[in-house]
Amino acid sequence: MERYFQKEIETASRDEITAMQNEKLVKQVRHVWDSVPYYRKKMEEKGVEPGDIRTIEDIGKLPMISKADLRESYPYGLLGAPLRDCVRIHSTSGTTGKRVVAFYTQHDLDLWQDCVARAITAAGGTKDDVCQVAYGFGLFTGGLGLFDGSEKLGCLTLPMSSGNTERQIMFMRDLKATILCCTPSYAAYLGESMKEMGMGPDDIPLKAGIFGAEAWSEEMRRSIEKTMGIKAYDIYGLTELSGPGVAYECSAQHGMHINEDHFLAEIIDPDTGEQKPDGEYGELVFTSLDKEAFPLLRYRTRDICRITKEACACGRTFARMDKPKGRSDDMLIIRGVNVFPSQIEAVLLKLGYPANYQIIVDRVNNTDTLDVHVEMTPEMFTDDVVEITNRKKELVTALKNMIGLKAVVTLVAPKSITRSEGKAIRVIDKRKI
Amino acid sequence: MSVQQLSVFVENKPGTLGELMKLLAKNDVNIRAMSLAETQNFGIVRLIVDDVVSATDILKQNDYISSLTPVVIVAIPDEVGSLSVILEIMKNAGVNIEYMYAIPGHKGSEDAFMIFRLSDDQAAEQALSAKGYRLVAQDEVEGL
Repeated sequence: MERYFQKEIETASRDEITAMQNEKLVKQVRHVWDSVPYYRKKMEEKGVEPGDIRTIEDIGKLPMISKADLRESYPYGLLGAPLRDCVRIHSTSGTTGKRVVAFYTQHDLDLWQDCVARAITAAGGTKDDVCQVAYGFGLFTGGLGLFDGSEKLGCLTLPMSSGNTERQIMFMRDLKATILCCTPSYAAYLGESMKEMGMGPDDIPLKAGIFGAEAWSEEMRRSIEKTMGIKAYDIYGLTELSGPGVAYECSAQHGMHINEDHFLAEIIDPDTGEQKPDGEYGELVFTSLDKEAFPLLRYRTRDICRITKEACACGRTFARMDKPKGRSDDMLIIRGVNVFPSQIEAVLLKLGYPANYQIIVDRVNNTDTLDVHVEMTPEMFTDDVVEITNRKKELVTALKNMIGLKAVVTLVAPKSITRSEGKAIRVIDKRKI
Repeated sequence: MSVQQLSVFVENKPGTLGELMKLLAKNDVNIRAMSLAETQNFGIVRLIVDDVVSATDILKQNDYISSLTPVVIVAIPDEVGSLSVILEIMKNAGVNIEYMYAIPGHKGSEDAFMIFRLSDDQAAEQALSAKGYRLVAQDEVEGL
């Protein structure tokens, strides 16, 4: 039987959800207007006043904001509550430019914890579970986000943080962790390490994994599920909105339910800014509905995906978003072709290669080059040069069919690609250097 | 009768072969014969070593990828033309050679040793034994 953390809200009718969103949006816009001069100025520039926003149908009248606005207003420019009412700060793990810092009041933390507790419940978690949180703890929202949500749900929670792989596996086994929360690349790494230590799925009681904070493919999911003998669930979130738990997968593993009582989602055309109907791909835009310290109106996530409000087998009525096809930030334009690293990963996994790869883009004689480094595995290795060369050719062909570009594939030594235990470095774009 | 050859994956860039050799030396692995198959970006180092089991373990512990491949080692007289004679025998037996390399005869020994990766080890063994050639067994490798 499907379990819910807050059944009434999670299974509310569409009319009830809309009514709740209408009411909250009006308040949130008023709050932003009253307390954030940066927003008020943006709204005035667009000729909008709080009174113009009566229902969620009016959302299109509001100006959109982007990461650039967040950077520009660093650190306090978008603060919507007095600092004395704030209790926490988190920051994005962004590797380029100025970091984004987000503030939380106790109310903001409470609603975030609810979101995460819903996600863990949707992955089958209950009070009886032991939840191992192997996301990094600190400014990154992954660790503390899952930690707080797990405690709120009542799981016995192991705040491991990331790294120290042998200890992770030892505790997982000895303390009988049933749920693992970390990035998918770290989950894959833990699975590999377990195998090396001679442990299989039957040696650990783990039953579910909640993996997020980076892009991963369906093939990678199946591979982790097989290695660890678990069901792997996707979780989505952004520090700007709170952190992980903005959306999450349920037992159906078919799209992530958006916590619509706290976040209003739209899909827009990234070029024109026009709203797109359900089912169509576009850029995901979020508006927070009841945040105090760091409210966001129409925040452009750069994530390309689509949304559906069709009924879900799990009984939850919240709209579902697809796994983002890619981030417009991650998207590489190589010889004029749009390439997402996730497409390359999907091909590799489908052909039996590990998810240990690195994409290197460069420009030689004014032409873009695409190199894909893939780590050799015992399964792929044979003494036969011709066979390995043929497999490599097969990979080049499959990549060409997927992305429309010829890549140079290089097989490299095992563990030679740097693995970061937080986020994997999948792309090196030398054109920018 | 075949001998296990160790095939090791290495990247084709300066220093990788040296590192592998250093590791084997440090662990007292004695190499009796070796050959290198290379492509543009990777190579396969093929080794006949004294103790193939411990060599495999050492490689695995140090994150090398290797596999064992059965090869046939034939003792041939260390004199002009002897190789062409056994190649003829194999041709007549319908055996194809995928690759081969050699342990040349050393002073005081009458034999040289040819290492073959073949399409059909049994057919080769039968044909060669019938003509009086000696095949080297795994436990003789150390003494080569």
